[in-house]
Amino acid sequence: MSWSLLVPMLVCLPLLGAAITLVLGQHRRWQVGVSIGTLSLTFGIAVALLLVVDAGNPLAVSVAGWDLPFGIVLYVDRLSALLVAVSSVVLLAVLLFSVGQGAADGDDDTPVSIFHPSYLILAAGIFDAFIAGDLFNLYVGFEILLVASYVLITLGSTESRIRTGTVYIVVSLVSSILFLTAIAMIYGALGTVNMAHIAERMTELPQDVQLALHLLLVLAFAIKAAVFPLSFWLPDSYPTAPAPVTAVFAGLLTKVGVYALIRTETQLFHTSDINTLLLVVALATMVVGILGAVAQAELKRILSFTLVSHVGYMVFGLAIATEAAIGATIFYMIHHIVVQTTLFLAVGLIERRAGSTSILKVKGLMKAAPLIAVLYFIPALNLGGLPPFSGFLGKFALFDAAAAEGTPLMYVLIVGGIVTSLLTLYALMRAWNLAFWREEEDSSETEARIAYLGEAPEAQRQAERRVIPRIMTASTVGMVAVSVALTVFAGPLYEVCDRIGQSLLQPISLVELGSVEEGS
Amino acid sequence: MNVSLVLVVIMAVLYAGGVYAMLERSLTRVLIGFLLLGNATNLLLLIVMGVPGGAPFYGDDGPQSDPLPQALVLTAIVITFAVSAFLLALIYRSWQLGHADLVEDDAEDLALRERAADTSDVMEDEEDDADLDDEATTDFVGLGAAPLTIIASSPDIDREDER
Repeated sequence: MSWSLLVPMLVCLPLLGAAITLVLGQHRRWQVGVSIGTLSLTFGIAVALLLVVDAGNPLAVSVAGWDLPFGIVLYVDRLSALLVAVSSVVLLAVLLFSVGQGAADGDDDTPVSIFHPSYLILAAGIFDAFIAGDLFNLYVGFEILLVASYVLITLGSTESRIRTGTVYIVVSLVSSILFLTAIAMIYGALGTVNMAHIAERMTELPQDVQLALHLLLVLAFAIKAAVFPLSFWLPDSYPTAPAPVTAVFAGLLTKVGVYALIRTETQLFHTSDINTLLLVVALATMVVGILGAVAQAELKRILSFTLVSHVGYMVFGLAIATEAAIGATIFYMIHHIVVQTTLFLAVGLIERRAGSTSILKVKGLMKAAPLIAVLYFIPALNLGGLPPFSGFLGKFALFDAAAAEGTPLMYVLIVGGIVTSLLTLYALMRAWNLAFWREEEDSSETEARIAYLGEAPEAQRQAERRVIPRIMTASTVGMVAVSVALTVFAGPLYEVCDRIGQSLLQPISLVELGSVEEGS
Repeated sequence: MNVSLVLVVIMAVLYAGGVYAMLERSLTRVLIGFLLLGNATNLLLLIVMGVPGGAPFYGDDGPQSDPLPQALVLTAIVITFAVSAFLLALIYRSWQLGHADLVEDDAEDLALRERAADTSDVMEDEEDDADLDDEATTDFVGLGAAPLTIIASSPDIDREDER
């Protein structure tokens, strides 16, 4: 059997699953079964592809048998396969979490029958973006995942979700149009949308035309990846969505943007250089993002701001543009996908247990719910970058790669990165102290000390406390276990990331792509 | 490569109009702006195709035009169509909830601004906001004209009110 047959399945299976779950709207158990089955299958395929691709050449599939530069190409190399595998795990865990939540709330009547189809379409879009071999297919992948995310972020269409969803949708529309414009420009300049073909022809363009195309494309992706100063939509729109939706958005959607940035920087525009600009932007993203997190008193908002700030690390690694740095970026990306999702799931548990996510209101959870305490504490330390966790390893590898360059700007960024890491730890540990360690009966002294953390009246409302179904805890425990496994198996994973870094800096040519395709 | 000046001018006008309309607070205008921008981009794709007028598949003789941008435009049109349908549903829901179709300020942002500013500044800010609401252009009438019958029958609204 040819392995390349499996590649289109990554997109077809979730789409098929979405169709089936849509038909099965009245039968929740079947819906859940189909969704879990689909995502398990894609995980299996992704792991198989990762093993195949890591052992040999990348796989390329021409859809519908068109000749190479004209038709749609699906292209799986180590980076694509690794990201698809990790996102399958995350999607599966979050799906289990939301199944637990939905089943416990008894919302059989509310129109959540749309949740499973949208979720699977989101998965299809994410996978399609990761394995797209031409820019237009990347755009289509983005659109698939965005439209699904519009539905998910306004799920239930309550007042606050409509408001924040509107912001998210309008910003996404603008970035999509910018992306499409960039594709049109690139087609006008080069006469192709195939990534390998673009990379080949790009060197023939004058430097200033290259720069204009480069900036337009980076602008579109930077909005999606929430890079400062294009990041303000994110903390505004993510916190209001349901906990599992926020978790999967935080883990995966911005990373799709970062992935597109990686492809753009390393493979498409390897002769056009905006690394200094990216370094400055990365510094601003890290510092401004984390200062936002420190000012917040609501857990989901704190996490949204840390998400923005940690995208800065990935842009930083990308801007160093050495093999070691790209490898470190990819390791950091994997780490961040898993840890950020885990933290959002843990906050989902806190919200359920305490009825609120405001650290001014939540207290005494250490005694009331010790398991949740552990589930929050481990990923919090991990995100803050404490050794020996993967967050520390990723940051250390980034700083090491930056120090190897040795320019003054690199050292400024290293300092900025360390400060960001410490402030992340500060923001998350302050939340820990208030929500978990504070006694139920507050002393007036504590009240006075946290008085500076005011917040909107909307955030202070208290929902009812509800029991936590076992499956929600189990999926969070699973994600924490995955994040710890990233630390334990950091060695082999890092080797794969290193190989990705090496292969990404050698742009593939069209001829090579053709030979890969025939050989497979 | 020769391009048609008329197409370029139309594209520029569409882009300008689209951006202008998208900057409004009214969601309906945002939708119109999005449609204009989408069509401007489709025109751009047609312009990069080269000389217009030829058939994409015509045989050996006769002028031919590049079929790929046409395929891209077709895909883009379908995507724009789907997204505008969703936006229309969103606008309808926003109107149903009694908010005309305006995008409102984030409550957390306002709270943060109030904390940061002096009391006097806060007063000023609030005045500004009040002005802004009055000046905001919308094609629907304000809160007074919200569909009361629907509000009364919608369980979601009741929940929002209790809060």
